[in-house]
Amino acid sequence: MSLSTEVREYSGVTIVDMTGRITLGEESGHVRDTVRGLLDGGATKIVLNLAGVTYIDSSGLGELVSAYTTSRNQGCEIKLLNVQAKVQDLLQITKLHTVFHCLTDETEAVTSF
Amino acid sequence: MTDCRKLRLSLESTLDSIDAAELIVQRLAELNGFNEDQVHQIGMGVRETVANAVKHGNAFNLAKRVSFDAAIDEAAFEVTVTDQGAGFEPEDVADPCEGDNLLRASGRGLLMMKAFFDEVEVGRCAGTGTRVRLVKYCAKGAS
Repeated sequence: MSLSTEVREYSGVTIVDMTGRITLGEESGHVRDTVRGLLDGGATKIVLNLAGVTYIDSSGLGELVSAYTTSRNQGCEIKLLNVQAKVQDLLQITKLHTVFHCLTDETEAVTSF
Repeated sequence: MTDCRKLRLSLESTLDSIDAAELIVQRLAELNGFNEDQVHQIGMGVRETVANAVKHGNAFNLAKRVSFDAAIDEAAFEVTVTDQGAGFEPEDVADPCEGDNLLRASGRGLLMMKAFFDEVEVGRCAGTGTRVRLVKYCAKGAS
């Protein structure tokens, strides 16, 4: 299952709804291209909605980290929304839960910036 | 191992091989009674191992192959993946959970293998690159 993304705006926050897998190859590249496009367009607050993402490998995690650092370096903040259980386990294993701000409610995510 | 099923494959150094290896071990694990979480863990650990072999070991060189061996019985699921790359020293791999390493884009594969398998051995093979052996015990790791 490949990765699909839909971008929408909500109260000044850019929300990216993601569905599928984020793995080595095309899918990771899709995340990179999407975030770069948003940064190029001037986004300063991004929420990656992972409700539809049930699988991320180490390359996918690396891409999320790259998105986080690239955004931060450009004055943009990225947060994660609706992280699924198996992905949450990975964030714990890799201690990336200490890096990413993860939320479960979209309104709360939008107002948290 | 008694009543042991064995599978040996020679994989191309491509992204498709990574997906194929993951699907194969997941199916084997299902057939041998591993639970859903264990099947997921086995698939992910093998995915990371084959991805390392394809990407870092063989550098996507189609002239190089990835050797894949799986053996499964009622006691354990064992997978050995061997590439034809230059090899690496596991001790040289920085702890991805430590300090600034957390913000690195790579270097988490070995950590994930160790998280999902009961035994992980990384070694060098004369003339063949890196060999990684993974073992998951059937009676352990119910989650």
